[in-house]
Amino acid sequence: MNENYAVPAVALVVVATVFVGAFGLRISRTTSDFYVASRTVGPRLNAAAISGEYLSAASFLGIAGLVLVQGPDMLWYPVGYTAGYLVLLLFVAAPLRRSGAYTLPDFAEARLASQSVRRLAGAFVVGVGWLYLLPQLQGAGLTLNVLTGAPKSLGGIIVAVVVVATVAAGGMRSITFVQAFQYWLKLTALLVPALFLVLAWQGDGSPRNAFDEPAAFREHRVVRVDSGLDLKLAAPLNVTATGTVDGERYEDEKVRLTEGVHRIAQGTRLGFTKGDHVPVADRGSNGGMSTSLAEGREDRPLYATYGLILATFLGTMGLPHVVVRFYTSPNGVAARRTTVVVLGLIGAFYLLPPVYGALGRLYAPELTLTGDADAAVLLLPDRVIGGLGGDLLGALVAGGAFAAFLSTASGLTMAVAGVLTQDVLPARGVRHFRLGTVLSMIVPLMASVVVGGLPVADAVGLAFAVSASSFCPLLVLGIWWRRLTPPGAAAGMLVGGGSALLAVAATMAGFPGTGPLHALLAWPALWSVPLGFLTMVLVSLATPGLVPAGTAAILARFHLPEQVSGGQVRTAVSAKEVDA
Amino acid sequence: MAQDPTDRRVVVTGPPRRTRRLNGYRPRTEIDEQTTLGHTYVRSLIRSQLRAALTVFGVLVLLVGPLPLVFTSMNDSTNLEWLVLGFCVYPPLVLLARWYVRRADRNERDFVRLVEDR
Repeated sequence: MNENYAVPAVALVVVATVFVGAFGLRISRTTSDFYVASRTVGPRLNAAAISGEYLSAASFLGIAGLVLVQGPDMLWYPVGYTAGYLVLLLFVAAPLRRSGAYTLPDFAEARLASQSVRRLAGAFVVGVGWLYLLPQLQGAGLTLNVLTGAPKSLGGIIVAVVVVATVAAGGMRSITFVQAFQYWLKLTALLVPALFLVLAWQGDGSPRNAFDEPAAFREHRVVRVDSGLDLKLAAPLNVTATGTVDGERYEDEKVRLTEGVHRIAQGTRLGFTKGDHVPVADRGSNGGMSTSLAEGREDRPLYATYGLILATFLGTMGLPHVVVRFYTSPNGVAARRTTVVVLGLIGAFYLLPPVYGALGRLYAPELTLTGDADAAVLLLPDRVIGGLGGDLLGALVAGGAFAAFLSTASGLTMAVAGVLTQDVLPARGVRHFRLGTVLSMIVPLMASVVVGGLPVADAVGLAFAVSASSFCPLLVLGIWWRRLTPPGAAAGMLVGGGSALLAVAATMAGFPGTGPLHALLAWPALWSVPLGFLTMVLVSLATPGLVPAGTAAILARFHLPEQVSGGQVRTAVSAKEVDA
Repeated sequence: MAQDPTDRRVVVTGPPRRTRRLNGYRPRTEIDEQTTLGHTYVRSLIRSQLRAALTVFGVLVLLVGPLPLVFTSMNDSTNLEWLVLGFCVYPPLVLLARWYVRRADRNERDFVRLVEDR
């Protein structure tokens, strides 16, 4: 891949982000400007901003990589990411806007009048936010590494610096412009190369064996194995090897690999001939981003699919960077209309990654072996089209990928910094918000440098599962059920979210190995979401005396249209004061 | 202009304070003052909104829920999976969202008309 074009493209995206952010800075003046853009963002701008923020490294690179490695089953990811917005629209969008709170902890406090529930929600926001920031930084590192061979931590550091600068300088208002701009950039960066790729594919005689299982090489290809892996062969295979296979050194020699598992050492080059089936890397041995928790799928594919559906459908509403955007709508009706536009925008975007996944299976099947399947989107233009056109399209894709890291990271930083400023740092105000921004980015940055390769899909999947098991019950019951009590909410969040967190942490540490238990822990949403809801309901019912006194007035404020609730808000506030 | 001048004269010559209070009464006052009647109004709105949300959610579950089962039960579902999950599932999601927003907005308009007594 030619870095002469890709590096300027990435630099251009970074500069444009800072420039558009500075445009917001000129009109960002008050604290309210900082947090929620003074609540004057119209549906179209806000919808583009929400979509721009939502389409992260996992969407831009991860889905194509997953589809490439594991086939069309993985298309449930984009479907879930989109349908999550429909569920959010149905149960949360307008009432959340009308609750008049800045952040999720604000919502918890407004609804339940409890400082401890507020702090617990804040802890989950920071936790989920950090989990989600980590893969963005690592995706940036991978992209820069694939493009230029730069060290893997450099991309993450660039993203961290740019995001902290834009967020700390302009806050939400400038972020709104930046995000909206980046949605269109991302769509263009995937759409234009995809059109050319499809044309090239047609010119190639529209080969259809992309969906064959397993994928086959279409031409002679030499694969360099970046990190050692175990190859699992269902049938004998002849390869040309340079390096170490099963402990023996080879120097450009023909090797006949028998059926079974073969150990390929790091740095080995394997030459495959046309028509060879692409061998399968044994479970978890190549540590790539797209290997993901998907091992669980082999054990219990149906269970895993439903676990994925539940986590993404219900988890979206609790993602801190998604929720905070709804406060920027001028009113509840606008919040609903915004969500419909968002559904259209992200639905349109998600038509594209599967195209890359399918073409990647055809033209770059060896990516399943190298552990860099997430780089499929970046490599395809060069591989399929080649020449100057391939380089330019590759540069466009690289720019779009950086837009993805920057926008999602900005939104998450915004949300985490909001919580840190309001609940952790001693005083409020713009200066402390800037300190909070630095704090909220430095932790995941350190983690990404220290921990190294946590797969994108794993971390994002974990964030969705935790959010679905903790914030989804809090929001849905908080908005629609008047008997929710503070102890119920706290217990539900702790039991649901906490167990989901423990389950996926255990899976990542490789604790249960294989079998049904492994599937249960790798896809926790199917049991942890009901557990969260059930705990919240049962504990609330067991503590009926603790229903906050102003509940009826607050629920009325959530649901009444603004033209009616004008007087209602005042009443709710005075009722609260009387209770206190 | 009022079509019946007689009516208009009655309004002007009536006892001012009493007439104002009668005309000024709106169910909205019940909501502002949080009377039992006011709570009932609010509850009815929440119920109708929840009903709309649950209806659309039900359609979503019926639409998407059986898909993994269908794919598993088929022998060669790959092409169908690409077609359905890669493309066909998105338009219904947007249509469902639009339908819900229209219904939720209408619920609110009806409610405003009711309590503002217009």
